[in-house]
Amino acid sequence: MDLQFTSEEEAFRLKVRDWLAENMPTSGLSDTREGREDKTWLARAKAWQRRLYEAGYVALAWPKEYGGQAMDPVRQSIVNDEMVRAKAPYNVGASGLGMLGPTLISWGSEEQKQRYLPKILTAEEIWCQGYSEPGAGSDLASLKTRAEVVGDEFVVNGQKVWTSGAQYADMMFCLVRTDPEAPKHRGISYILIDMHTPGITVRPLVQMTGDRGFNEVFFDNVRVPRKNLVAKLNEGWIVANATLFHERNMLGSASGSEQRFNRLLALAKSITRGGRPLTEDPVFRQRLVDLEIRVEAMRFHALRQLTDQIRGKNPGVEAMINKLVGTELNHDLATAAMEAMGDYSMLARDDEAALDHAYWPYEWMFSLGLVIGGGTSHIQKNIIAERGLKMPKSR
Amino acid sequence: MDFGLSEEQQQLKESARAFLTGECPTTFVRKVMASDDGYPRELYDHIAKLGWTGLVVPEKFGGAGLGMLDMAMVLEEGGYAAMPGPFMFSSMLAASALKLSGSDQLKSKWLTALAEGKAIGTVAIVESAGSIDARDINAIGSKGAAGWHLTGSKMFVPYANVADFIVVAAKHDSDIFLFVVDAKSPGVTISGLKNLDLTRRVSRLELKSAPAERLKGGKDLFGKLVDVAAIAVAADSLGGTERALEMAVDYSKVREQFGKPIGSFQALKHAAAEIVADLEPARAMIWYASYAQDTGAADASRVAAMAKARLCDIYSRSTDRAVLMHGGIGFTWEHDMHLWFKRARFNESYFGSPSFYRERVAILGAY
Repeated sequence: MDLQFTSEEEAFRLKVRDWLAENMPTSGLSDTREGREDKTWLARAKAWQRRLYEAGYVALAWPKEYGGQAMDPVRQSIVNDEMVRAKAPYNVGASGLGMLGPTLISWGSEEQKQRYLPKILTAEEIWCQGYSEPGAGSDLASLKTRAEVVGDEFVVNGQKVWTSGAQYADMMFCLVRTDPEAPKHRGISYILIDMHTPGITVRPLVQMTGDRGFNEVFFDNVRVPRKNLVAKLNEGWIVANATLFHERNMLGSASGSEQRFNRLLALAKSITRGGRPLTEDPVFRQRLVDLEIRVEAMRFHALRQLTDQIRGKNPGVEAMINKLVGTELNHDLATAAMEAMGDYSMLARDDEAALDHAYWPYEWMFSLGLVIGGGTSHIQKNIIAERGLKMPKSR
Repeated sequence: MDFGLSEEQQQLKESARAFLTGECPTTFVRKVMASDDGYPRELYDHIAKLGWTGLVVPEKFGGAGLGMLDMAMVLEEGGYAAMPGPFMFSSMLAASALKLSGSDQLKSKWLTALAEGKAIGTVAIVESAGSIDARDINAIGSKGAAGWHLTGSKMFVPYANVADFIVVAAKHDSDIFLFVVDAKSPGVTISGLKNLDLTRRVSRLELKSAPAERLKGGKDLFGKLVDVAAIAVAADSLGGTERALEMAVDYSKVREQFGKPIGSFQALKHAAAEIVADLEPARAMIWYASYAQDTGAADASRVAAMAKARLCDIYSRSTDRAVLMHGGIGFTWEHDMHLWFKRARFNESYFGSPSFYRERVAILGAY
């Protein structure tokens, strides 16, 4: 154990901090998911990611030939820490940066890497994920969206659902069935679809938050070039799992929890109940500390995994818990904030009397969505038990 | 930036696992549980030869001069094996109190013998209130012409029945001090209490003008001892949680009901997965808490308290789950599961409950 950063790393941290202080957008983007209904939001969000990239603070560890800097993961973690500290906006291209990019780096052809990776970094192309279908949720491998090979094209027919960002995405990484006769895991392929192709219809779904964050996507004879296949035909399941691994780590990220805890603590300090701050209420105080301990444990857990990555150790069972623990912790933090607010927790976010910029009611709902998305907690527990603990499969 | 164990630490942990698997299986633990004094002398001689008893004792006094993180490796494995005996109380708690504040003369008298496995030390803090809170300490230290004397009664003192010296917390001038008492001194009476967790032994200690030597430093020293104890108990709890998980998962793979191994049922998978989800981040927390002690980090006390609260919660919850995953057999005396179930309970209360430590976290964090 040695948690000292080198003097170069410390200097780098200060440089990032100063840059963020000068360049952070002041309006509209500051709270992670607000303002997406606003038509100018997308352009502003893309401009922010591009500025961040040009400053050298996006995907630092990616290979240089695709627009990265091939830096060690410590630099990336310093940037992440500083982004959290500065409450910097979420990257609009997160699904490309956090999910597709790392998958392509491992599984994509040279041509695919050259073609797609640089535009992920600059937010020129925004990606969405075509996984779930109406009949394929937790049992993802039963998906039915069909892609037939016709000449040097796939012809895609079917439907995806819960597709976040499909309303503004340029591209989709998509799971399709290419061999309906094969056992379900062996007839799936992983393809990249241009969302502007004729035959694609995106229909918004309204989330319980009231937002139009995710969509249904329909494919009617959509033609996709054969070269958009990632890895081999009918071998998409293993690639899909690589993406899911990256997705789960992204959703369970510890730095977001730390930021939320700090906000919860400030909220509790600001609320007076029975003549004293809520932080002095012996019961609520215990609950706050318990949450802080869980947040801290996840912060250390992330540092441990960062070190394993640097040491070149393959992730084990400890990496399978990130999504389960991180997303449930975030929901618990928001639930505690709702309780702290008392009757104010009744208010919708557009009520003027809402506390703390109406952050929590939305966060409380959205965080439960992330306990579901990317594989529910129940599915995560099956994975931990079956893959991590080698308990016998029930299916 | 390196957040992980060194090769030496990994080796220490692996060798401790191998040693205890051979020398301290549950058949052995049960023999010690059934013995009068609960003290496995031969095992103790053996671990002294391995250098465990003097692991954190400075080299000058015959020890290995290693740190908390190294010790945490051995304590974790002791928890995994449910190793009985005074090792933690003597070689971590009593040794740390002396190391932190003893005079050279006290150190050469006790630390050297302790490191060699020739003397056992323990610590006596808690009294009839059953609480680690310094405000519940009523024993009195007074200074006379012949030096310090202690009067009062202490409860739940681990292995006082086999101890050679005892580190006792007592009041003087409205501060709390730690004193060292020779267990064979006049005015010292020790009587055993019947413990639920038979891998541990605790006693009542009566002090009537017992001669003592005072360690330097009042409440600060007491606070440091709390930190050390918190991490030690947390490390033992980590190992115990691992063992409970392993036993429950192994059993679920062989026990069949409804024509299948019970481990194929999601109810059991989810219980096991929840233990893993608790355990792994808590492991990282112990590493950091130990490192913070070793390096004197500003948040060392706070994160030690976090580790104690978290690990003891997890250990109790996990052993509950593990017993349940075993079904009826897990409720029997014959099955080993209850060794860890009860040890979790001991760890949870020893040196302060999770809620005590959460309050400590709040105070130290200026909530």
